[in-house]
Amino acid sequence: MSVSKVTKKLGRLLLTAFLFGPAMAFAEYSTLNMTESVSNVGQQMYDLHMLVLWICVVAGVLVFGVIIWSIIFHRKSKGAKPAHFHENTTIEVVWTSIPLIILVAIAVPATKTLLEYEDTTNSDLTIKATGWQWKWEYDYIDDKVGDSKGIRFFSSLSKESNDARQLGANKEFPEHYLLDVDKRIVVPVGKKVRILTTASDVIHSWWVPELAIKRDAIPGFINESWFQAEKEGVYRGQCAELCGKDHGFMPIVVEVKSVEGYKQWALAAKGDASKAAAAAAAASGKSYTKAELMAKGQAVYKKSCFFCHGANGEGTGPFPALVGSKIITGPVAAHINIVANGKPNTAMAAFAKQGLSALDIAAVVTYERNAWGNNMGDIVQPSQVSQ
Amino acid sequence: MSEHHAAPTGITRWLFTTNHKDIGTLYLWFSFIMLLLGGSMAMVIRSELMYPGMQVVDPNFFNMMTTMHGLIMVFGAIMPAMVGLANWLIPMMIGAPDMALPRMNNWSFWILPGAAILLVAPMFMGGDFMAGQGPAFGWTFYEPLSGQYGKLAFFVFAVHLLGFSSIMGSINIIATILNMRAPGMTLMKMPMFVWTWLITAFLLIAVMPVLAGVVTMMLTDKYFGTSFFDAAGGGDPVMFQHVFWFFGHPEVYIMILPAFGVVSMIIPTFARKKLFGYASMVYATAAIAFLSFIVWAHHMFTVGMPVAGELYFMYATVMIAVPTAVKVFNWTATMWKGSMTFEIPMLWAIAFVFMFTIGGFTGLMLGLTPVDFQYHDTYFVVAHFHYVLVTGSLFAIIAAFYYWVPKWTGNMYPPLLSKIHFWASLISVNVLFFPQHFIGLAGMPRRIPDYAVQFADWNYWSSIGGFAFGLSQILFLVIVIKTIKGGEKATDQVWESAEGLEWTIPSPAPYHTFATPPEVK
Repeated sequence: MSVSKVTKKLGRLLLTAFLFGPAMAFAEYSTLNMTESVSNVGQQMYDLHMLVLWICVVAGVLVFGVIIWSIIFHRKSKGAKPAHFHENTTIEVVWTSIPLIILVAIAVPATKTLLEYEDTTNSDLTIKATGWQWKWEYDYIDDKVGDSKGIRFFSSLSKESNDARQLGANKEFPEHYLLDVDKRIVVPVGKKVRILTTASDVIHSWWVPELAIKRDAIPGFINESWFQAEKEGVYRGQCAELCGKDHGFMPIVVEVKSVEGYKQWALAAKGDASKAAAAAAAASGKSYTKAELMAKGQAVYKKSCFFCHGANGEGTGPFPALVGSKIITGPVAAHINIVANGKPNTAMAAFAKQGLSALDIAAVVTYERNAWGNNMGDIVQPSQVSQ
Repeated sequence: MSEHHAAPTGITRWLFTTNHKDIGTLYLWFSFIMLLLGGSMAMVIRSELMYPGMQVVDPNFFNMMTTMHGLIMVFGAIMPAMVGLANWLIPMMIGAPDMALPRMNNWSFWILPGAAILLVAPMFMGGDFMAGQGPAFGWTFYEPLSGQYGKLAFFVFAVHLLGFSSIMGSINIIATILNMRAPGMTLMKMPMFVWTWLITAFLLIAVMPVLAGVVTMMLTDKYFGTSFFDAAGGGDPVMFQHVFWFFGHPEVYIMILPAFGVVSMIIPTFARKKLFGYASMVYATAAIAFLSFIVWAHHMFTVGMPVAGELYFMYATVMIAVPTAVKVFNWTATMWKGSMTFEIPMLWAIAFVFMFTIGGFTGLMLGLTPVDFQYHDTYFVVAHFHYVLVTGSLFAIIAAFYYWVPKWTGNMYPPLLSKIHFWASLISVNVLFFPQHFIGLAGMPRRIPDYAVQFADWNYWSSIGGFAFGLSQILFLVIVIKTIKGGEKATDQVWESAEGLEWTIPSPAPYHTFATPPEVK
């Protein structure tokens, strides 16, 4: 995009801004204060927030009141003569002590809430959340409520939101724009859910405001935290630590169901997972025609690759072009390797670990080698990837 | 002064100057250019965030804007402006003829443009500017994200140069203050601005090497196969944050302590009353500086520290509220029963006291670990640090400009334009940053190029305020140029009840001042 186009766009933006700006209203949300929580500890955090807020408001009114009083009454134009005091040990001791006492008073509930928040023992359900650039992977690793152990899936921005968030898309915003995913995690109501966070590439942070949980997901570390939702419902959050280009587009959606509903969900999810695994295993043994691979490859490319490498393999910003690149024109094995295993110290992820099957990888490699003027003529079969 | 010390002219005057006033001017102009550059990036950010949906730039370009905006404002605008004020004012305030190490002074300025070029240059490499080739990992450059950046070396060497410049500048300031005070000016008679800079200079010398160390580790991780911050090689990405914030927290006090000094000079002048509690102001500044070294991990409450660590850093952090409150009370008591007038510098100083205090309150809230879990990395944090850095540090710098520019140029500022500049800035800056408290509390993360529609209203108003605040600073540029070119002539005393050695010399200040030291009683 050229600079002149940008200025034009800015101009149009400014014009519409003044015309329609104030008309937008989304009344159903409270956008003035902290989100109240559906967990007990979360509600304590909210109460602590309100306590400190009011202390600050009172302190502010007092201090600002004195300054405003001086501004109004102790001004030269009203004939005020300056007093000569510039020291007073008593008052200085008093106004050093008062903030100290207030701080101790705040520290007591803060300490209590913190200790409760950090107590991750006796959980009913443990889910591992792994941050990837730019999606979340969930792994149900322990369950005392139902039978969810072993459920594992990726959760990324919903297709509707993803289409609407493209530069200049100008589409109508879907419901829950940017806060909707293709696959939610489901947990039971009234149970202590322990969340383990980690990451595979850079630091992410797992945050759901209404569950009052925010914990960084750091490569090489496993962090613990927990929540216990006391109300059924769907709670939305997003990544809270800058993690690269699409940091703003990896939301988190948690659905809190009744214990019974949760158990049924776990059963169904497991059935779906085993069917999908069987299908993938069958697919990896088959052979495909070039047309089949190209069609499948284009779909995979659109889902996983084009954010960085561009719709036509032209590359964007620091992310390299694929048209005529050395990987494309080099041996197939190296191409498969970089797609499957990524490139260390760059944003190129290991897609084999991100849920791309052998068929997906074979198809997308075939597609990249034969699209947008690349003309290697290679066909890659899933069996080559499995090796 | 004798004739052979006449001021040289042309470009060589500025390139080879060892004169503290010339170097102060260079620093201030450099800082202003950086302010406008960083500010224009803020305009791009606010344009993209004005409405939900992506309209102006792509996400990578957006990240580059937030990153470069932060780096340029911190290292290019605020810090050099404070050093510029120190250069101009410290020798005149303590009755010294110049800085103690004038040649090093020249060098510490002239490193800066080179550093700025290294920092900014990658944005223009590789053809397509709109694609965003510059750093896009946030001004805090957390590993491992920053390690993914292909042109990391530019950034690392830019930071090294900035560090050299700051350390040389600080050594100079310390040497000047400790060795070159006029006879009779004991430490406890020094103006507050000199005190705050003395303490700031020690902070700088303590932490800039830490910053240099952390970027060097990034460099060897990226190019020489070490694994300081790479978990896969046995390194520790959280250690990066510890080292960074060990620099980063004192850094924020480096940007605010000289601002405290400026305001402590201005308020007594226009309240016509001595600064209340001078000694406690000095001790409070020193206490804040000391505490700044032992609270760094409050920036990292969500990384998963042991609970004992979280408790310690919470208690230590909220302790800072005590000396900070003492300062605000002292300014208030200075105004109380004064005989106040409201010239332009005083307006900015009073605005500073109000809005810095608001930033202090939100700072206290952020210091409480359990609630910080909700505030962390949201627009609430963005609102907080813009209240302390824009309506805090930047407002104090602007106040200092209006207060001392008659001494620097011999001209008064244009009164009407200056009044418009103040009121336009004051109103727009609050429209810009106050709503960011709301959207932050309501759940909008920082550093995102697009947001859910419930945040739309306040983002809209924030953008309107942002554009207005940006325009107001163009007016400031006009005022600066007009004042340098002409205007009502200033007297030597300038302000009725201003105290200090700088008001005993003519306006404009001659090229060389205090060749023979004055006597301080």
